[in-house]
Amino acid sequence: MYQYNDFDEAFVRERVAQFSAQVQRRIDGSLTEDEFKPLRLMNGLYLQLHAYMLRVAVPYGTLNGRQMRQLAHIARTYDKGYGHFTTRQNIQFNWPKLKDVPQILSDLADVEMHAIQTSGNTIRNVTADHFAGAAKDEIADPRPYAELLRQWSTDHPEFQFLPRKFKIAVSGSTHDRAVVRAHDIGLEIVEKDGERGFRVLIGGGLGRTPIIGKVAREFLPEADLLPYCEAIVSVYNLLGRRDNKYKARIKITVHETGLEEISRMIEERFSQIRPAFTGVDQQLLGQIKDAFSAPDYVAKDDDAFQIAYDNDPLFRAWVDTNVTDHVRDDHAIVSISIKTPGQTPGDATAEQMVAMAELAESFGYDELRISHEQNVILPHVARADLPEVHAALRDVGLAAANIGLISDIIACPGMDYCALATARSIPVAQDIALRFEELKLAHDIGPLKIKISGCINACGHHHVGHIGILGLDRAGVENYQITLGGDGTEDAAIGTRTGPGFAYDEIVPAIERLLLAYLDLREGEDETFLQAYRRVGMEPFKAALYPEKEKVDAA
Amino acid sequence: MPRAFTPKVVTANRLLEGDAVWLTADDRWTTDMSEAELIEDEAVSQDRLLFAMGQADVVVGAYLADAKAGEDGPEPTHFREAFRTRGPSNYAHGKQAEA
Ligand code: HEM
Ligand code: SF4
Repeated sequence: MYQYNDFDEAFVRERVAQFSAQVQRRIDGSLTEDEFKPLRLMNGLYLQLHAYMLRVAVPYGTLNGRQMRQLAHIARTYDKGYGHFTTRQNIQFNWPKLKDVPQILSDLADVEMHAIQTSGNTIRNVTADHFAGAAKDEIADPRPYAELLRQWSTDHPEFQFLPRKFKIAVSGSTHDRAVVRAHDIGLEIVEKDGERGFRVLIGGGLGRTPIIGKVAREFLPEADLLPYCEAIVSVYNLLGRRDNKYKARIKITVHETGLEEISRMIEERFSQIRPAFTGVDQQLLGQIKDAFSAPDYVAKDDDAFQIAYDNDPLFRAWVDTNVTDHVRDDHAIVSISIKTPGQTPGDATAEQMVAMAELAESFGYDELRISHEQNVILPHVARADLPEVHAALRDVGLAAANIGLISDIIACPGMDYCALATARSIPVAQDIALRFEELKLAHDIGPLKIKISGCINACGHHHVGHIGILGLDRAGVENYQITLGGDGTEDAAIGTRTGPGFAYDEIVPAIERLLLAYLDLREGEDETFLQAYRRVGMEPFKAALYPEKEKVDAA
Repeated sequence: MPRAFTPKVVTANRLLEGDAVWLTADDRWTTDMSEAELIEDEAVSQDRLLFAMGQADVVVGAYLADAKAGEDGPEPTHFREAFRTRGPSNYAHGKQAEA
């Protein structure tokens, strides 16, 4: 794993000291809120509906046991005993007190963590495939590039006041688990004639104007990564619409300028700045790559696994849904579901965090990942150890066998926490999960991604959910719009609205009608909801959602 | 025609704790909305809002929220403001736990 060098350490400590002084000055009245707000946002501190919220970066979603334990310590000491893992692979604490935040940041710095650039119009935490370094279909580990980008973008003087926030995601596999097509810059590692490089996508994004990223370069050589990204961001920095917040993201810049013209400008800028990158970045990349080399795998005989798999139906069900093949046959990737039906998606208690840290330390080469789907991953576990891992997860209520199924729902904080929300998301997710638990239909329905956002900003990725749910405020009442057919993978697609929204107490029955219709019309158990939707289109689902209207139309 | 003025309360979040508070008629900040001053007059509401914005060492982000007279004092009219008097719906945290 990447370890801070002296520079990183000094930089983070200095930021903690600066922010401590700023908080002090805010409390004693020498800074006004207008002066303080941009400073606190630069350090990930928001003010929400009921309290402050601190967003802590988990760069490319990777952390070790010690870091996870420290998150547990923070949850216990300064918060209400839990933390919320988010779609941007961060963790948010919902109840910190202003005076405690400097100490929290200092505790984070003790384990090489921080909240820098988790807010504001800067380059945000760079995200990556949560199976990085472990996936069977991986061309190369995306994290060294994500770390290089993080070092380049942190406090980059040219990019602290961009027109708007800027998000980069990197994937190293053929299957996209990092939603790269919904990012300002999406990078996919590819190989051409034996040479490694990137397919570069620009201008993807969700929010009020969802757009799928477009290819700016089919093949960018590895060594050109930083100058090319710098060219993209600097062209955007000049062209981006600072006059209108809703048109300020690069997706709008690309749309308004045209892909061809903006690509030309990027290439022109690139050729100007390329010579300034003399190779220091590549030396650095070399060092970073060493830090991400594979663990010293210990080969283990998997008899214990086979016995448990053949005899313990609970274990078998969990393996079948939550365990993924690893690049090594005697190892596996474990997805720990933070979605036990009825619980808040993405919320883990301090006790659960400690348990996950212990599992990583005992069985997982001290590695954990946060997925954008708000789950926690143990990327390398010997198959022989899976029964013990499963037993330990059961002890702390983390053994839900539902990864990729209907109850594995993404939900943003919504109006239970977020000041921008127009409706709640969390209880909708809880109720859907519980309802289908009761119906015992999850396995019948099979792979399904439901994603819920509490407002048009789309932090819950609803646009790319197979079923997307968007909470709105319709004349002072919560109302939920459904979209179908979204997809966040390499076949990315934006979902289509079904029609009028549903009231809070109608949304779960609506989802139930939708899925019963799917079970009726699918061509076989192998046809997933998304495939069925692509085959039959919207109409049969509309008929199920709006039965009254059908009758009126037919009359 | 300008819209008729609807009754308001002044609300904000406390600087140190971050929790929701309301302005009382005697210039205190209360965590219990029913103690707030219900303002029926637009000019008075602007006046009270300015007063609140001048209290930057105590509260953050003061604004006027719609409210109505209830049995025990002002009550929220919009669900967002109702949540602010209680706390989140997924845990018994926030004001609902303090009551
Ligand atoms: C304090 C709470 C939050 C605030 C104020 C907030 C604000 C916003 C805003 C304004 C946008 C729209 C940006 C645009 O289109 O220009 C947005 C998008 C987004 N946010 Fe949040 N958000 C919050 C919580 C979260 C959480 C919990 C996550 C998960 C880490 C998240 C992840 C995202 C994602 C993935 C998008 C859509 C992708 C994009 O277009 O950038 N946000 N957020
Ligand atoms: S989608 Fe809206 S409600 Fe949900 S976290 Fe983002 S800003 Fe808040």
